Amino acid sequence: MSQTTLQEPEVNLELAIDHGLTEDEYEMIKDYLGRTPTFTELGVYSVMWSEHCSYKNSILEIKKLPREGDQLLVGAGEENAGLVDIGDGLACAFKIESHNHPSAIEPYEGAATGVGGIHRDIFTMGARPVASLNSLRFGDMENPRVRYLLDGVVRGISDYGNSFGIPMVGGEIYFDEAYEGNPLVNAMSVGIVKVGETASAIAEGIGNPVLIVGSSTGRDGIHGATFASEDISEESEAKRPSVQVGDPFTEKLLLEASLEALKTGAIVGMQDMGAAGIACSSSEMTAKGGLGMNMDLDKIPMREEGMTSYEILLSESQERMLIVAEKGREQEIIDVYEKWDLNAVVCGEVVEGDRVTYWKDGEVKADMPADSLVLGGGAPQYVREAKKPEYLDTVQNFDTDTLQHSDDFKTILLDLLNAPNIASKRWVHEQYDTTVRTNTVNAPGASDSGLIRIKDSKKGLAVKTDCNGRYVYLNPRKGGQIAVAESARNVVCSGAKPVAITNCLNFGNPYKPDVYWTFKEALGGMGDACRKLNTPVTGGNVSFYNENPKGAIFPTPVIGMLGIVEDVEKHRMTPGFKNDGDAVLYIGAERKGLGGSEYLNTIHHLTTGDTPDIDLDFEAILQESLLEAIKSGNLNAVHDISDGGLATTLAEMAIFGAKGADVSIDDFAGSLHEILFSEAQSGAVISCDPEKVEAVSDHFKKFNIPVHEFGTVGGSELTINDVVSIQISEMSNRYEGAIPKAMEV
Amino acid sequence: MYKAKVNITLRKSILDPKGKAAHHALQNLGLKNVKDVRIGKFIEMNIDADSQNEARELAETACTQLLANEVMEDFQVEIEE
Amino acid sequence: MSKKIGVIVFPGSNCDHDAYHAMKHVMNADTTFLWHKDKEIGDLDLVIVPGGFSYGDYLRSGAIARFSPIMEAVQDYVKKGFPVLGICNGFQILLEAGLLPGAMLHNEKLRFVCKNVNIRVENNRSLFTSGMKEGTVLNVPVSHGEGNYFIDDEGLSDLKEHEQIAFRYCDANGNVTQEANFNGSVDSIAGIINKQGNVLGMMPHPERAMEPLLGSSDGIPFFESIFNSLQLA
Repeated sequence: MSQTTLQEPEVNLELAIDHGLTEDEYEMIKDYLGRTPTFTELGVYSVMWSEHCSYKNSILEIKKLPREGDQLLVGAGEENAGLVDIGDGLACAFKIESHNHPSAIEPYEGAATGVGGIHRDIFTMGARPVASLNSLRFGDMENPRVRYLLDGVVRGISDYGNSFGIPMVGGEIYFDEAYEGNPLVNAMSVGIVKVGETASAIAEGIGNPVLIVGSSTGRDGIHGATFASEDISEESEAKRPSVQVGDPFTEKLLLEASLEALKTGAIVGMQDMGAAGIACSSSEMTAKGGLGMNMDLDKIPMREEGMTSYEILLSESQERMLIVAEKGREQEIIDVYEKWDLNAVVCGEVVEGDRVTYWKDGEVKADMPADSLVLGGGAPQYVREAKKPEYLDTVQNFDTDTLQHSDDFKTILLDLLNAPNIASKRWVHEQYDTTVRTNTVNAPGASDSGLIRIKDSKKGLAVKTDCNGRYVYLNPRKGGQIAVAESARNVVCSGAKPVAITNCLNFGNPYKPDVYWTFKEALGGMGDACRKLNTPVTGGNVSFYNENPKGAIFPTPVIGMLGIVEDVEKHRMTPGFKNDGDAVLYIGAERKGLGGSEYLNTIHHLTTGDTPDIDLDFEAILQESLLEAIKSGNLNAVHDISDGGLATTLAEMAIFGAKGADVSIDDFAGSLHEILFSEAQSGAVISCDPEKVEAVSDHFKKFNIPVHEFGTVGGSELTINDVVSIQISEMSNRYEGAIPKAMEV
Repeated sequence: MYKAKVNITLRKSILDPKGKAAHHALQNLGLKNVKDVRIGKFIEMNIDADSQNEARELAETACTQLLANEVMEDFQVEIEE
Repeated sequence: MSKKIGVIVFPGSNCDHDAYHAMKHVMNADTTFLWHKDKEIGDLDLVIVPGGFSYGDYLRSGAIARFSPIMEAVQDYVKKGFPVLGICNGFQILLEAGLLPGAMLHNEKLRFVCKNVNIRVENNRSLFTSGMKEGTVLNVPVSHGEGNYFIDDEGLSDLKEHEQIAFRYCDANGNVTQEANFNGSVDSIAGIINKQGNVLGMMPHPERAMEPLLGSSDGIPFFESIFNSLQLA
């Protein structure tokens, strides 16, 4: 074997700029070190200060979100994921994260490693993952590249998640040209842990050994983190090799071994390795503990020969963790990992001081103050220039009355049911294991949110991801409010009380003032709704630079909502019609305004108008009263009105329940198009036994929520006045057939 | 040291859906002269043996015991020095 | 007397806890896990080889797991006439181990499929199915990418001759149709037994159909049928 020693490049401003750092940032690094950084140090700073790791352009805005709540056991951003007390001595760890850029380049591995990464965040905290969700955005399905991406992403999620053995309980998929070339792949994991048995990502106790466990280290994804912070271009398409490859089998072993190792009590701190691998995990743990760490890179198990300190520190090889053990008890931990056929090697030590020091071949390769590297410490934080985008006035003033509206309501409804954004996603979710772990009460599909029961408890967890990017594009503040409000309404519709959110903020380039303005406004809207609905933010992830040559994607702050069902046997709720003869009632706000609707998008091919209004005070009362009604046991079906409006909601309830309905919309105000297709917020359709109509109506009147009975369940048709009359089978064919037909051309 | 190159394919009598799908896709791409596609696995092993025959025997044992399932798969072994 | 059940854990098993929960908490059986490195089965009435992705299923489903030390013990256990139930990946392992005839191919449409399906009890002359009527339809989840059961014509005749087909995919009314055979299995086979009648392999997951809250409890009559046979043994 010939020994090749690569000459390290000379570190100067030019090289720093090549690493994506600015001149000011390079000066900051020199100040922190009191000298010119080594090549390895420059590499570490460049990834640690990348957008992906440092949140440098977003953290000041994120801090304005409400992050306090009685049930929160750790503050937002303090640990790998949010942790919420769910009672009965249990806590729920949950988080959503993006893997957009890797998925754009290599959809299968990009999506797979996204799933792996988010589950690792959860079990690093000592929680066992119990449910997954994913929130996906693609371009127009007519485009073969889009179908290729969808197919690859779904296979990637399916192969990784199914093997890892966590049920997929919910998610959403949207298609719009705005996401062409820059798909969004956001994955969410939900885990359960006993209160008091959680692990922390901290390095404490001078003299305690540091272990690396799991997979060996190779050259995977070096500078993946920096890569995620650039616009997608033809150049980054050529960077394909930097995408990591996932190994769900090893991750499954890592999960079982880590939870077992935590039970020994010999673990002081644990952190998973995602972006910027060893560099990030070791410096974050060290900074958090307020001490120092020495690490010998020669001890790290390698998959490839001749790797430099630069490469070892920045490698993003998957399925690895860093552990700080109680001194003298490291063997207990090693034994557990060996039982599961995994590496576990002592590679460092917690030391006095405040620096992370990395050795290789008997030399110090990097020696930096840990705090200077990390978010919340010395990493830069910026407020960017913000400017209201010019298109907003135009779209918000668009008058939908100027359009030619067809009165063929049957055709319109069938076209909406056939629209990819509304049509059944069964083709996708049947590729995911939805029933493993035997907890799934509401699987994806015929439910407003995913619902799992918690074994050894009466409770259940309702979870939902949601964001209508079109609404945020047309009115960032209202769009942000609606994303939170709607996901909360969705978990309420399954019988749960919304308690907290995680978020994945997908936006364009923050250096563009109009993108930054939109970002600030959307977060402002989210904050409004979180405060009103009492659902604090527990953490999440920011993904900037979601752009393609045509411009930025729709601003898409995806909300992951967590709700608690007090008694899952009694309170669980679904949207399908249940019994012939049941009364159908509408509750909520007036159905008015067609702005931003799927109707405008599908029928008129327009993305315009103002986003529907939302009165957050009204929304809060609606949710409270609806949850109480569900818990009273008086309701048989509940469905939120969202994309496609009232007509689509009724059609879905009929399709899900395989029962028709005959309804009259005479009591609704407004034009027929608005009544049937408006996506006005704060509305739901419910059904109940006919003899309970009075009690149900009185209940909502008590809360000042408008309510009226407007139809009856039964038959094999959906009939709306004399304007719509369609067989369920005809609706079902369009609703179920659209995606398979598009994918199997 | 010998290098064993092993090709594993589904037995001829068994429908190869991956091959079929690839064949269909190639037809759609206009490659009409591609008449049949079989998709299999390719495995390389470095084998420490005294002779080519011994290396072959070892490789074949590896195939019958683990690498191939003869209920549904055929395998071919090539040995190189 | 409570029945004693063992559930094997391979690296990559992920339905081991589901089988454990079904046996321990729904069927109230005395249930333990068996580790893949164990060399003995011990005093158990039934061994379950659960679903999952043993060794990642990286070479072929079940191909590596069958070399685990525990599988030698399983071979002995079967020889002694004790019952073994393989579910999903467990079925694949039993095929690879030669305890059941045939092999598993990728689903016909090359995609993983997870949904509830109907299966029909094809014969009730095995210890597993004796408590159920022939033709009974069970609604149970499937969740697999490689469940397309293959056996050659000769093997199929043999299976039929010895009444080894335990379950076939069917529609809600018990009709075996092409549409119901979603993964393309030979003769719509969902589960088979060995000639001696003490090994059953099936792709569907009866252990995931044990509670009405989760959508189906059709797994209960199936396990009750097994437990009754164990009672008699």
